[in-house]
Amino acid sequence: MLTIDRYLRASSLEEAYEAAQKKNSAVLGGMLWLRLSHRHVSTAIDLSALGLCGVEDLGDRYRIGAYTTLRMLETHEGLHRDFGGVIGDALRDIVGVQFRNLATVGGSVFGRFGFSDVVTVFLALGASVELYPSGTVSLETFCGMRGVKDILTHVILPKRQVRTAYRAMRNTATDFPSLNVCAVLAEDALTVTVGARPLCAVAYRLPAAGAGTAEEIAEKIAKETVFASNSRASETYRRHLCRVLVARAVDDVYGKGGES
Amino acid sequence: MEITLTLNGRRITASVAADTVLLDFLRAHGCASVKCGCETSGCGLCTVFLDDTPVLSCSVLAVRADGHRVTTLEGLEAEASEFVTFIADQGAEQCGFCNPGFVMNTIALLRENPDPTDEEIRAYLAGNLCRCSGYEGQTRGIRAYLNAKKEGRL
Repeated sequence: MLTIDRYLRASSLEEAYEAAQKKNSAVLGGMLWLRLSHRHVSTAIDLSALGLCGVEDLGDRYRIGAYTTLRMLETHEGLHRDFGGVIGDALRDIVGVQFRNLATVGGSVFGRFGFSDVVTVFLALGASVELYPSGTVSLETFCGMRGVKDILTHVILPKRQVRTAYRAMRNTATDFPSLNVCAVLAEDALTVTVGARPLCAVAYRLPAAGAGTAEEIAEKIAKETVFASNSRASETYRRHLCRVLVARAVDDVYGKGGES
Repeated sequence: MEITLTLNGRRITASVAADTVLLDFLRAHGCASVKCGCETSGCGLCTVFLDDTPVLSCSVLAVRADGHRVTTLEGLEAEASEFVTFIADQGAEQCGFCNPGFVMNTIALLRENPDPTDEEIRAYLAGNLCRCSGYEGQTRGIRAYLNAKKEGRL
């Protein structure tokens, strides 16, 4: 059961950061995962008064506030247009609309959860994160960072000409994925991410041309990726799923049957 | 701590603990339509509107509703009664336990998209679990309701 002693609606990032350094404090996102924990929180820090909810189109990139909900991303016309609908594809099976109206970008990314659909798609799109006070780091770097006490304020998505595909396997329609895969083909590179391993998603970058057939790429990635077992799927099954889903996603971005 | 919110059109001020969830707060304030199902954000039974957006009240701290509007099925009687009566006539429900959440989220859907396809209905209601109807009755009931409205039978 989650218990909270004190609730703080931060009036500045400085105040939120200072409170977050204290033992047993927690920065609130959508609170959907935190709510399930058996944890005693001394101070729950709410960032809702800091203007972090919304998607800014900055011309060459999108800047997404940490309190933007997954539903807002899913229904955002610009994101849909510029990324071929891949964000909506990745998010639409996460529980239900009411859940996605609460789940935040910041909570989803900061957690770097081993079941995340959000991290898998953002990593493939070349996202970076803005941390207070450390500054901007790539999402890939952030995924490897431990013990971060910074405040995640924004996610940056660069705009590029891309073709995209998202594939996931779920045991039931709105469950966590047993494995998910995103492929993004840009002018210079093909990026493939594999998530729900059930570890944080990993990214592979390949040349846009000459990397082999979809099956060859999938075989290579399935061999290199570390998987594990949990109640949803075994390591062996995940490796098998990886071959299938990567091949399909790569086929999707090149056009089915095409060689890269 | 003290919070002030507008519950079903009525402004109220109350003292709550930091970890009180909105679901418990609403039931303590007479909103018995808001039911506790899974408590893990997965069933949709506790759906309420927070500033017109459907959310799961089991996963929202009551303090986060401070300064906002909260609407439960009790506050939507006029908007919901036609739909609820129609659905009951259709036999689209069985035990009815999931009904408040189902009705709240259907109203949210129809406000956002007044003419949804069956696929859009299923997608929007994916977070509302029903253990006895198998969902087909609900989808069929909503479709029949929309058709009846289009044909001027309501």
